[in-house]
Amino acid sequence: MDLGSINPDLLVAALLLASTPILLSAMGELVVEKSGVLNLGVEGMMIVGAVAGFIAAVESGSPALGFLAAAAAAAALALLFGVLTQVLLSNQVATGLGLTLFGLGISSLMGQGYVGIRPPASPRLELPVLSDLPILGPVLFSQHALVYLSLALVVGVWWYLRSTRSGLVLRAVGESHEAAHALGYSVLGTRLAAIAFGGALAGLGGACLSLVIVPQWTEGMTAGRGWIALAIVVFGSWRAWRVLLGAYLFGGVSVLQLNLQAAGIAIPVELLSMSPYLITILVLVIISSDKRRAQANAPNSLGRTFHASG
Amino acid sequence: MKITLLAAAAAMSMGLPAFGGSHGDGPVKAGFVYVGPIGDGGWTYEHHQGLLAVQEHFGDKVETVYQENVPEGADAERAMTQMALQGADIIFTTSFGYMDPTINVAAKFPDVKFEHATGYKRADNVSTYSARFYEGRAVQGHIAGKMTKTNKIGYIASFPIPEVIRGINSTYIHAKKANPDVELSVIWVYTWFDPPKEADAAKALIDNGVDVVLQHTDSTAPQAAAAEAGVISFGQASDMSEYAPLPRVSSIIDNWAPYYIARVQAVMDGTWESVDTWDGIGPGMVEIGEITEAVPADVKAEAEAMRDALGSGEYHAFTGPLNKQDGSPWLAEGETADDGTLVGMNFYVEGITGEIPN
Repeated sequence: MDLGSINPDLLVAALLLASTPILLSAMGELVVEKSGVLNLGVEGMMIVGAVAGFIAAVESGSPALGFLAAAAAAAALALLFGVLTQVLLSNQVATGLGLTLFGLGISSLMGQGYVGIRPPASPRLELPVLSDLPILGPVLFSQHALVYLSLALVVGVWWYLRSTRSGLVLRAVGESHEAAHALGYSVLGTRLAAIAFGGALAGLGGACLSLVIVPQWTEGMTAGRGWIALAIVVFGSWRAWRVLLGAYLFGGVSVLQLNLQAAGIAIPVELLSMSPYLITILVLVIISSDKRRAQANAPNSLGRTFHASG
Repeated sequence: MKITLLAAAAAMSMGLPAFGGSHGDGPVKAGFVYVGPIGDGGWTYEHHQGLLAVQEHFGDKVETVYQENVPEGADAERAMTQMALQGADIIFTTSFGYMDPTINVAAKFPDVKFEHATGYKRADNVSTYSARFYEGRAVQGHIAGKMTKTNKIGYIASFPIPEVIRGINSTYIHAKKANPDVELSVIWVYTWFDPPKEADAAKALIDNGVDVVLQHTDSTAPQAAAAEAGVISFGQASDMSEYAPLPRVSSIIDNWAPYYIARVQAVMDGTWESVDTWDGIGPGMVEIGEITEAVPADVKAEAEAMRDALGSGEYHAFTGPLNKQDGSPWLAEGETADDGTLVGMNFYVEGITGEIPN
């Protein structure tokens, strides 16, 4: 197919970056859900990360500090959810939804004075030698640091859940909190740590929007990406690699369809616009179509409240 | 799936109703329904400026309420019904997608006046109002045609509705007049407000060789993308002057304040009637934001002359000879488009490639 004015290098670079916020948030939520907690507040944590990162970066002039602040602020918000649901035993679904509403509200309050300001530029990371490689170099090795970080996190999360002792404990807590508790593992501690980790990643995802992709602060700027991340965790049947695939498919097709429109390729726009949703759902449904295995992968205690005396 | 924050409608200025005011039984209550957040820096921001102007003009003779981020659909009916039940006398619904919800809710509250922006359905208690944004697009198109070096200009379009199509046509006609080699790329994003998507669309256009980006979406995200890439852009709905002098070289500003004040006054006086208002540069509903020094002086002078001619009615943005996209004649030499055709415009003019989605 003639792709007209589309430059494949720029396209791949754009889709890697565009997928990163969803990938980061989804990896965080994957770990949270593996520990048996359903946190529907991803959207709220993302937007709080977006605004906190933006404010910190503007005030300090350092994008790196911005990302740290984003992770810290969103993790703090996540811990609020953690205390409510794990210590005070509130309903996880309702509390998660509340967290999203709260996050959207408080972020617009925090961001009042920061509309229309340009943040300090976050430079791309040029890997020495590799970025000079012909063709592949500029595409694969001169991306923003967050892109590499998100990929490293996929490997890290996969390895952690599969091969480390504490990863196995986390999965045990998610599968059967009573059994894990009876064996002497701290259900509360494990879950709070997972919730904070999930929050930090959602915050990074949000800051990736406000500091790198858009880059500016606008109220409500996550525009539903937190919900996409949640959906991708489920469709990816709680596996790190499938979540990676889902996030890249969604982000990739989103960017591809915009480029196809810009290049004037004669495909109906209606079809192009729904393609990210359609293709992502289709592919993930197909790869997780073995029902028994997909269900076996869903954490058994997901969304259930645990109290040591009960 | 998108769940949006339903910000609690904030009641402002709850001062004691002044006795002996022009309106006997307390202040007139005006409600505003917004499709995006006030902080979008564009469309909703300007409607809210209109609300503030109403508040300032009437002081404690008026009480205003608003709700942000109301999705176009069933939720809009809920928001309007709630405002009507809370005693609103007049409700402004400020997005095209509120058209049917407004008509439905208005039928249930015959004593409440409704004002729907950019739609075409009216009733005894429903007025419509809109601005001739296409006049502003003509000026932008001229500047875009003169400024492009790659001869490719890009347009981020929201939904395939007449208002958006008029803007695309007007831009293209005037860009083409200024520069016969110009090509126009259109991206439909199917949203009024989604900053990351708007930014991605702007980047996709720029990656495909576009060096002038126009937008018909509400956030300033495309401005930031244009700034990063070093191409030029235009403020949409609001001045977006924080991006001047580059990338934003000019803008279309919607000035709703005079209309809102007049309509609230009509409710106070008891003279409110269902009307259809469609004002342009002349009456001041559409303003052209300052053209910055990034634009050469002669181009700026031409653009300002066009603005003035549009304002005085001497020039119409759709003046023949013009053909439709398929080559069939639309307007003969010197003929201008009638409002009926413009209101329902569902075709591209000759020269634009691509199809309008249904």
